[in-house]
Amino acid sequence: MFAADPLFSTGIDFGVVLIALAKSIIGFLFVLIGVIFMIWFERKLIADFQNRIGPNRAGPWGMLQTLADGIKLIFKEDLRPDGSDSLVFRLAPYLSVVPAFLTFTIVPIGGIFTGAHQGTVHLFGHDTFLQVADPPIGVLFLLAMSSIGIYGAMLAGWASGSKYPLLGSVRASASMISYEAALGLSVVSVVLMSGSLTTHDIVAAQASGGSILDWNIVVTAFVPFVVFCIAATAELNRPPFDFAEAEQELVGGFHTEYSSMRFGMFYLAEFMNTITMSAIIVTLFLGGPSGPIGPGPDQVWPFFWFLLKLLVFLAAFVWVRGTVPRYRYDQLMDLGWKRLIPISLMWLLFIAGIRIGRDQNWSPVLVPLAAIGLGALTVGLLAGSMRTAAIRREQSDEDDLGEVSA
Amino acid sequence: MVDKIVFFAAAAACLAGAVGVIWSKNPVHSALSLVGTLFGIAIHFVNLGAHFLAAVQVVVYAGAIVVLFLFVIMLLGVDKAEQLEVDPLGGQRPAAAVVAIAGVALLALLAVRGVQVTTGESSKIAALDSGPSNIVLLGRALFTDYVFAFEVTSVLLVIAVVGAVVMARRAPKDEVSAQ
Repeated sequence: MFAADPLFSTGIDFGVVLIALAKSIIGFLFVLIGVIFMIWFERKLIADFQNRIGPNRAGPWGMLQTLADGIKLIFKEDLRPDGSDSLVFRLAPYLSVVPAFLTFTIVPIGGIFTGAHQGTVHLFGHDTFLQVADPPIGVLFLLAMSSIGIYGAMLAGWASGSKYPLLGSVRASASMISYEAALGLSVVSVVLMSGSLTTHDIVAAQASGGSILDWNIVVTAFVPFVVFCIAATAELNRPPFDFAEAEQELVGGFHTEYSSMRFGMFYLAEFMNTITMSAIIVTLFLGGPSGPIGPGPDQVWPFFWFLLKLLVFLAAFVWVRGTVPRYRYDQLMDLGWKRLIPISLMWLLFIAGIRIGRDQNWSPVLVPLAAIGLGALTVGLLAGSMRTAAIRREQSDEDDLGEVSA
Repeated sequence: MVDKIVFFAAAAACLAGAVGVIWSKNPVHSALSLVGTLFGIAIHFVNLGAHFLAAVQVVVYAGAIVVLFLFVIMLLGVDKAEQLEVDPLGGQRPAAAVVAIAGVALLALLAVRGVQVTTGESSKIAALDSGPSNIVLLGRALFTDYVFAFEVTSVLLVIAVVGAVVMARRAPKDEVSAQ
């Protein structure tokens, strides 16, 4: 079924099943331990940004604080409001956690992609990729899972049977749906340049030349990368787009009514999603585990490069949270629909045009020039129409005011 | 062997979801059961080697259309259990019975004459197992043989969007005077 992985090419025996099982468990543990680390890392870093000390009691530098919090959450009383829908209320946390983990399965976390290796690792007599699954639909799986993740937020708020959670869930699901378009369009640019949907092939296409210039962040000329990062932040409901749980307005957002481990699961899903999204950004734009191979055991180096790149993005997410104030809801919708989607759509057409020009041997000067000309025209028309709409709206507002006061 | 097990598991999920859609009194539960059915169909697609269709099934149907249903159900406040004693549409129940009998008869006919209606050949645009990945085949078919249908569909979507915007637009003068 997942034919691309050489693990399954020679038929399925006991060893193959064992490797597949081991990969699933290790992947799960990787994300779980990552979450424990990430929560501590975020709290510590935010504390530094705000001139505090942060967690410092449990374990060295407070590293075991998350573990202590987890144990506390498990032993707390599990409350369920009277007005809630019992089945959906219990289902919603799982709908958040499961897609969050499943998305991580398509991320290649190691393997040498240059030379004869092609990203495979030799384990117990079998060649295999260092990712849990490599489905032929590849990055579409990411989009499918993030659209399932919406259900978690949406149903949690509705099933709570109370008003603030419902408002929070409407905000969360609306922002996730709007930004999925921009997210998908910037992924398409990557797919167009790599020529494949599978994450393994996308990494292989970036690592083949062995230089940074082959990474998709350079190949797709930076714009899809920026759009993807902004859309991912909105998709994760992280600050500055965290109005879904804006404390001043909505108490705690869609999980206001949740307590104990059910709340813990939403918390877990949030951080799992952060790690997964960072890993996806690394995979799609920064060559995944590719990098120079130093001395020592050579299979350790790709894993090291992957972790390093992942850490950069995790730190960046925390940094953004520590410095940028929260957006207003309408500003977020403006940014998503009127800026990011047109930009990513235009950039997709631009890249597609250049790609076709290269395939057809058209002039390498005229094609970009024509594309830029058309792009400028589109931007002009779009800006003009938005301006006209704004002026008309202002006028009609003034008319309204005039009528009311008269 | 494996594909048969997967087929029956997915078929069971589909049917359970379909029954749930009809049986649940709460519209939100019905919508969620529909998601179960759509997932079952996605598994059928994967089982047939149509990975791209499976992904689209989840992204578009489960991820967008049912979410839209849920939005409407939740925000219009019809998420209460339905009053089932009174038919909103007269003659609804006899009509449903007729359609159900016709459907079962059609299925029975297909089952009896099954040898003649299934050719056993693999589909033309996506081979069942070999060849390039289905997205390549599908893309090629869409943008060569079926490009006209594809473009007409895109025009249709644009018309739908423009229509929605026009209908949702507030007519500045009329509304004020109506108040």
